[in-house]
Amino acid sequence: MSAFAIYAENLTKCFGSFTAVNSISFSVEAGEIFGFLGANGAGKTTAMRMLCGLSKPTSGAGVVAGYDVAREPEKVKQSIGYMSQKFSLYEDLKVWENIRLFAGIYGMRGKHIASKTEQTLAHLGFEAERNTLVKALPLGWKQKLAFSVAIFHEPKVVFLDEPTGGVDPATRRRFWEMIYQAAERGITVFVTTHYMDEAEYCNRVSIMVDGRIEALDTPKNLRQQYSAPNMDGVFQRLAR
Amino acid sequence: MKALSVNNVSRSYGKVQALKNVSFEVEQGELFGLIGPDGAGKTTLIRILATLLLADSGRATVDGLDAVRDYRAIRRRVGYMPGRFSLYQDLSVEENLNFFASIFNATVRESYHLIQGIYRQIEPFKSRRAGKLSGGMKQKLALCCALIHKPSLLFLDEPTTGVDPVSRREFWDMLASLRQQGITIVVSTPYMDEALRCDRIALMKEGGCLKIETPQNIIRQFPHTLWSVQGDPMYRLLKDLRRHEDVISSFAFGDAHHVAVRSERITTLQLEENLKMLDYKNVEVKEITPTVEDCYMQLTMDNEQ
Repeated sequence: MSAFAIYAENLTKCFGSFTAVNSISFSVEAGEIFGFLGANGAGKTTAMRMLCGLSKPTSGAGVVAGYDVAREPEKVKQSIGYMSQKFSLYEDLKVWENIRLFAGIYGMRGKHIASKTEQTLAHLGFEAERNTLVKALPLGWKQKLAFSVAIFHEPKVVFLDEPTGGVDPATRRRFWEMIYQAAERGITVFVTTHYMDEAEYCNRVSIMVDGRIEALDTPKNLRQQYSAPNMDGVFQRLAR
Repeated sequence: MKALSVNNVSRSYGKVQALKNVSFEVEQGELFGLIGPDGAGKTTLIRILATLLLADSGRATVDGLDAVRDYRAIRRRVGYMPGRFSLYQDLSVEENLNFFASIFNATVRESYHLIQGIYRQIEPFKSRRAGKLSGGMKQKLALCCALIHKPSLLFLDEPTTGVDPVSRREFWDMLASLRQQGITIVVSTPYMDEALRCDRIALMKEGGCLKIETPQNIIRQFPHTLWSVQGDPMYRLLKDLRRHEDVISSFAFGDAHHVAVRSERITTLQLEENLKMLDYKNVEVKEITPTVEDCYMQLTMDNEQ
């Protein structure tokens, strides 16, 4: 089981009498792109918070990057990256300051940060934006930078919570190319999205309904199993 | 009389030009979509038309009334649902509805026929505080409140953003039935697939309109032949397609890549053969009809050149 990047067994979270996540079990291999889908209110955010070590499971077990989410939440946090559309960077800090801040929080050493910052800026083509305030960057650039910052400390797993909401179609696709590159380097990607075309880009996809995982397979197998032409069809069948 | 007439409307926030000389008209009873990503100018435009924001220049009329001079009369006849939930969280469902009815001098009973299809779904929770509703129910309540004074025109600012595909479809079904009742609807969305539910759409980017047309005509006017190309592994395939001399553009679209090609120079069979030689498995190439998203990306590229 430690071979998996993410492993959940009967993971459950209750708030009072309400069971938000109801005994979910699954595993994600290293380097896999795993799509975590579900209707609003199905329990995705709660499940993700448990896997990030931010919320203690009521029962069941979760292991992320080799650490137990209930017993070793701080170790889990050190081994993962996180990005969401709602929050990821400090708008009033410059590009390099954001990188420096997050790298420092993850305990990277100054020298290492400096050389890696150069690499990252070059890879993004952002050398000229080093001293730009993040709030002055176009949305698409912010998103690329946020993702680069989330994987800057080379985490084993990166959690992406609706990373592409509101961006234009071409930028959305370039963003997914960055996800592929990260996965090729062995980083495990755990991603939620409401864009069903993006579900097709995942190696495997799970769909949550009312706190449970109702389906989990490759997009191709899910399409066959639910005789749907695409993932939108699968989702409409399951979540209705 | 046009429901909406917008002439050269511009608006800046400091140095940022949010709207650049936008002009269009909306017919009575039309379901009109403003489609584009964040920063396209959708919210600024809607707020100007709803008389909540002044344009720097240009002129707009709503049902023939001037958006600046006649703002009071306009507010009586339009309904507005902002992007962020703006009802009173501490009032119950029923209290919110009664409150909005009373400020418009209307009663819930008079408008009940308009909202009943939607209201029935939240009626079991009518004594629950609005702040305690789920996202989907909040949205339904907000729509009921926007309709409570029987507006002739409805402005909806990104009602489906962040909403799952099933709830999105339900919401568009509600809009279709309101349209049947003769209400003019202007709705903004970042989801390109929703364009097909509109009579006409404005494709917006960075404060301007790339195109204003029916979705069907926008698709018809796509300038290239478009193929769907599959083959494993898909990510390498995308990079190889972009290098191919007969390919104009190639983008990932779910389980296939959408590839604009110089069809006078290559056939689907030839491309299939090319790809098999490059060791791709399960290769399939076929001609397809473009989606609105294909058109949007093409128009964006044309614009940048």
